[in-house]
Amino acid sequence: MSESTTIWVIIVAMGLGSFGLRFLFLGVIGDRQLPEWVLRHLRYTAVAVLPGLVAPLVLWPAATEGQPDPARLAAAAVTLGVGYVTKNVLAAIFGGAATLFLGLYFL
Amino acid sequence: MASYWDRSTFWRGFRDGLPFVLVVGPFGMLFGVVATEAGLPLVQVMSFSIVVIAGAAQFTALQLMADNAPTIVVIASALAVNLRMAMYSASMTPHLGPLPVWRRALVAYSLVDQSYALSVMEYEKRPEMTLAQKTSYFSGVIAPVLPSWYLATLVGALVGQSIPDSLALDFAVPITFLAMIGPMLRTKAHVAAAVVSVVCALLFAFLPWNLGLIVAGIAGMMTGAFVELRTENKDMA
Repeated sequence: MSESTTIWVIIVAMGLGSFGLRFLFLGVIGDRQLPEWVLRHLRYTAVAVLPGLVAPLVLWPAATEGQPDPARLAAAAVTLGVGYVTKNVLAAIFGGAATLFLGLYFL
Repeated sequence: MASYWDRSTFWRGFRDGLPFVLVVGPFGMLFGVVATEAGLPLVQVMSFSIVVIAGAAQFTALQLMADNAPTIVVIASALAVNLRMAMYSASMTPHLGPLPVWRRALVAYSLVDQSYALSVMEYEKRPEMTLAQKTSYFSGVIAPVLPSWYLATLVGALVGQSIPDSLALDFAVPITFLAMIGPMLRTKAHVAAAVVSVVCALLFAFLPWNLGLIVAGIAGMMTGAFVELRTENKDMA
């Protein structure tokens, strides 16, 4: 498979999958209640996947050939902190980006 | 057609959805820029945003593709991030379930964080709403939100083609994720899930095909559910 075909496969599969998840109850299962233990696990999917995805990127950035980098570590800490305190995604992104650029140019 | 239309409720939804353009816009633009920087042609960047409409999942896919993860791991991880959509679908069903199936399909397509959160709040605040009013409110919310997601992606993709590499865009994706994670850490259970996920992802980073992330996701999910259950039991005791 060429790289472009692979990306199309990913786009189509994600599109079908995401639509399937969104349509699951509205269209298929209807008003029946899900078992409590399933709902309990579903509540934590995003918060269980995203931190695991991001941790290696923060500790071992590809741009520095996997060496921990003070500017990127500081930017990560500020982003997480601002997001946690303000609950505002954009404020966190801007805070983190500003920290990264200050760090890259002054450290 | 007319039976699902309530003009004033539509516009109330529209006004409530409008501020979210400020959130969705920059986020979509960032996706456009990063995806273009990663080498995706315009048609694929746009297809992502039109077919998937889920920022976090799209960024997840992008990052794993950059890591050369196997296709199946890319898809599984991105869909895992999107599992919350099934919960949204479940909580919309009592309200919009009576719609004809093609309208439910349209609702499902446009069921995103913003339209879900605003609609559920509105339906709970005004239980007397008719089906027409509920439908109109939902349509009103997505009317400004969805087009700005598409448009912002397009602008980002076009801008991305002219951004120099020296801008350290490699770190745009981690920062975006971290910014989303911060507000998610609402309870002890969420924090525990996140911590276990990080620890497992680092411990199992040696596994091939990015399977470490799958392990981390499952372990984090179980931790969140476990801590929630324990906290509840303690509250009852």
